[in-house]
Amino acid sequence: MTNWLTQLASITLFNLRTVGERKGSALAAAVGISGVVAVFVGVLSIAEGFRAAMTISGPDDVALVLRNGADGEMTSVLSREEVRLIGTAPGVARAPDGPLASAEPFVMINLPKRSTGTDANVPLRGVEKAAAAVRGDLRVIEGRMFELGRNEIVAGAGAARSFAGLDVGHKLRVGQNDWDLVGIFSGGGGAAESEIWTDAAVLQPAYHRGESFQSVFARLTSADAFDAFRDAVTTNPQLKVKAFRHGEFLAEQSTMLTGFIRGFGIFIASLMALGALFGALNTMYSAVAARTREIATLRALGFGAGPVIGSVLLESLVLALVGGAAGAAAAYAAFDGFQAATMNWQTFSQVAFSFAVTPKLLATAVIWAVTIGFLGGLFPAIRAARQPIAVSLRET
Amino acid sequence: MKYFYLVWSNMKRRKLRTSLTLLSVFVAFLLFGLLCTIKEAFTAGVSMAGADRLVVRHKVSLIMNLPVSYGTRIEQIPGVAQAVHWTWFNGIYQNEPKNFFGSFSVDPERFFSIHPEYVIPDDQKRAWLSTRTGAAVGRTLAVRFGWKIGDRIPLTSPIWPRKGDGAWEFDIVSVYDGAQRNTDTSGFFFRYDYFDEGRAYGEGLVGWYMVRVTDADRVTEVAKAIDAAFANSPHETKTESEGAFAQGFVQQVGNIGAILIAILSAVFFTILLVTGNTIAQSVRERTEEIGVLKALGFSNVLVLALVLAESSIIATLGGFAGLGLAWFISLGGSPIPAVLPVFYLPAQNIVIGVVLVLGLGILTGILPALRAMHLQIAVALRRHA
Repeated sequence: MTNWLTQLASITLFNLRTVGERKGSALAAAVGISGVVAVFVGVLSIAEGFRAAMTISGPDDVALVLRNGADGEMTSVLSREEVRLIGTAPGVARAPDGPLASAEPFVMINLPKRSTGTDANVPLRGVEKAAAAVRGDLRVIEGRMFELGRNEIVAGAGAARSFAGLDVGHKLRVGQNDWDLVGIFSGGGGAAESEIWTDAAVLQPAYHRGESFQSVFARLTSADAFDAFRDAVTTNPQLKVKAFRHGEFLAEQSTMLTGFIRGFGIFIASLMALGALFGALNTMYSAVAARTREIATLRALGFGAGPVIGSVLLESLVLALVGGAAGAAAAYAAFDGFQAATMNWQTFSQVAFSFAVTPKLLATAVIWAVTIGFLGGLFPAIRAARQPIAVSLRET
Repeated sequence: MKYFYLVWSNMKRRKLRTSLTLLSVFVAFLLFGLLCTIKEAFTAGVSMAGADRLVVRHKVSLIMNLPVSYGTRIEQIPGVAQAVHWTWFNGIYQNEPKNFFGSFSVDPERFFSIHPEYVIPDDQKRAWLSTRTGAAVGRTLAVRFGWKIGDRIPLTSPIWPRKGDGAWEFDIVSVYDGAQRNTDTSGFFFRYDYFDEGRAYGEGLVGWYMVRVTDADRVTEVAKAIDAAFANSPHETKTESEGAFAQGFVQQVGNIGAILIAILSAVFFTILLVTGNTIAQSVRERTEEIGVLKALGFSNVLVLALVLAESSIIATLGGFAGLGLAWFISLGGSPIPAVLPVFYLPAQNIVIGVVLVLGLGILTGILPALRAMHLQIAVALRRHA
């Protein structure tokens, strides 16, 4: 066994030392694999970032209540009376001045994207004073919070980054209303950051919403209180509503787009991987062909078939790892944290997010690279070991 | 032609290597064709937009409604030929969120005269005008759910519940086709009068107007006139050309073109390198033989041409096969009709593909070919001595 390993080590080292003489083809194989890894990581980091932006802010102890039959906040309507009943349901946490629940009217406005200047659908949400305590992770990072009863708005950090006119001190005209933008808030990178917030009581008359709301957000006494809360609101005959954990709701709202991007990314990367595999096979076959005599000499000297196969495989794996690492590093440098905003078709509104190159993504990419390297080395390795020694030694 | 055999033999001497190179070129162009198809699917609305059409929507947002009475007022504005309103219905079939498609309430008479890209037989048009619950369904949508004329389709809408909480029911009276290959035929259109009477709230409200102008050169002017007519009303409008509207829609998603071009560049750079390297290597291995050819009297130019021919043949065979397969796949229709209803490979992309194929052949062959051309006979023949 030790002998086998020594043989393997000595041939592999010998092979790797001669890579310099075949640098053209070795480089081509490595670049091919790094291309696959870069595209794979690049495209999937979009899906990861989008999913993270959608779900990061949905803790298990926050519930969201919508009208029965609604498929999102846009299509839900709740009356003042329903809102009151939801606030008194069991499981809702309470502050000294009332339940930790916020009833929220929700509309969509058009603002131009900073990047293209074309209109995009930006969510404008009216909130009640408990909203920040319900969400939990909200803080103002520039300017101040809006004052109740005034035509003032605050913008989420993601929205402020993506849409023109969302600067502190700016006056925004939407329809026939003027709004003063008084602050920018961060919501831990989550969905609220893509929104603009104002006082619910100011938003309702501005959009002729009367006393109606789209949704109720409620902080529960604990994550375990959700089932009791849901049962209470869904079985109350005065309410026609459904309740979700906020996190689960957001995850569900991001499935279509993340699913599409993932499918697309994996499809493209698979085809590229096929192309890169052919490149790697070519490289290793010519590496073996160029060394026919050396390999035969080694075999004549008593080296086994195993170490020869192993050494070719190892060389291919090393090339694949170097290429894969380079591709992953390039993708990380180029894409991680890249700011973008896109339309979530399930909500018809813009979500601002950053591309996220996660460790899991990098690990998957390296597995792809190793697989290509392994397959690309395997067949040439077998051929190397099978070459008849006598014939190969005579080869010129 | 007499040299073809020579080129062919050179390609055959390492069959495995030639096939692997062919395959990687094939994959690259398959990817090219499919990515172009996907890009077209995203931007089809822009390329098929009518030059003489405007979209009038609520200034605040597309999802806010306009009064139905605006239709007559818009048609009175000079330069406007006709206006038809659309209302987004968000119909869902069988209560399955994935059974989702574009469904709209419209005014049938005006609809087909403003949208000549939807082709409907006259008898079906008459049937729609005489059936209140009638719906006109696009070909791709009808195929997707296996619907045919005469079927009764129940739909639910999260936006527009029907009075009394019942489901909406529609009778399919027409399956329309697209006038062109890039016409989106995934729409479901039904009559506004039936819709307005049945909905639980929102009577008299419509989503947006599609306007045809009398003179395509005056669209900007007419758009301004429309917005001016409704300025300072409770429902101010924003009017833009259909092309700009569709472009804005695509931009909402992000810069798809740039993303796809970035991916394609990565693919081509990779393939160029891999193929170029393989061809260079095979020429290096033949240094001696090239020396022999030259000694026999082959001219420098002929040697250059032989090597270039070899790389071009590999690029052409692999590239055309890849483009061909992509085209063939696009003929099969969209794998995800709910997201990408229009699915075909545009002719100009095929032309670009062909140019790329030829470019790849020359680019990968040119360095080894020049090297072979400049090779000195004596040096080449002595290489192994």
